Amino acid sequence: MTSDLFVFWTLAVISVFTGVAVIATKSAIRSALALVVNFFILAMFYFLLGSQLLGIVQIFVYLGAIMVLFLFCIMLLRVGHAEQLTETGGLKLAGAGALSFAFLALLMSQVLEPVSRTANLPDPQSVHAGVSTVEAVGAGLFTRWAFPFEVTSVLLLVGIVGSILLAKRRV
Amino acid sequence: MVPLSGYLTLSAILFTIGVIGVIIKRNPIVVFMCIELMLNAVNLTFLAFARYHPAPLAHDLAGRTEVYLAGQMYVVFVMAVAAAEVAVGLGIIMAIFRLRKKVDVDDMNILRG
Repeated sequence: MTSDLFVFWTLAVISVFTGVAVIATKSAIRSALALVVNFFILAMFYFLLGSQLLGIVQIFVYLGAIMVLFLFCIMLLRVGHAEQLTETGGLKLAGAGALSFAFLALLMSQVLEPVSRTANLPDPQSVHAGVSTVEAVGAGLFTRWAFPFEVTSVLLLVGIVGSILLAKRRV
Repeated sequence: MVPLSGYLTLSAILFTIGVIGVIIKRNPIVVFMCIELMLNAVNLTFLAFARYHPAPLAHDLAGRTEVYLAGQMYVVFVMAVAAAEVAVGLGIIMAIFRLRKKVDVDDMNILRG
């Protein structure tokens, strides 16, 4: 087993474990903390995949902004108590598990088989050689993807206005 | 080298965990967390394909490599949409909590026709 495979599998096991912990714990705070670890591991995967900029953005946006917002909201609402929202029934859990397992099986059977059949993948090292992803992503955002970039700014503006409107007690 | 199917399997497992969470959890904040988990699983798929199956486009700028970055661009936009979604969604949860004094997804049926 080479070193990158070792790193990949170690991170994958941690990632799946924390992902299960998000839905297995009763307390919302613990779910949030497990999700923080999960997002951090995902940032490591982004680094492994050669997109350093998105790994950094993942840490900034998800860990720095979104998860802090989640934790802030949990503490403000005080919905982290275990006795307040216990899960109902084993039937729902069993149904959800069966449905999701079927979904996973369908997904894997449809996706993995064609992927494993495709031969002669390009060498990733040669594709990304000598390119700073920050420079390349920035250049792409302002040239080829300029229109979606501007639309995203409008979306964020709508999000800001909408959240302020929802948070105000009286408009 | 890590095979592409490894990343895709991991991404599918994380997505399925998110689906299970959305179905079974009663706390809307945890449901939102599971949606974030699903979005991140999709982001991982995008980046894995961007790395292993880069799509060369015909019209690149000066032969540079930004044409290979379509997957990364999608991830950038998904992150922006996720940030806006979380801000608005948590705002809605706060508003419901102010109205009802409790947040339980199973009890939120005031929009029922």
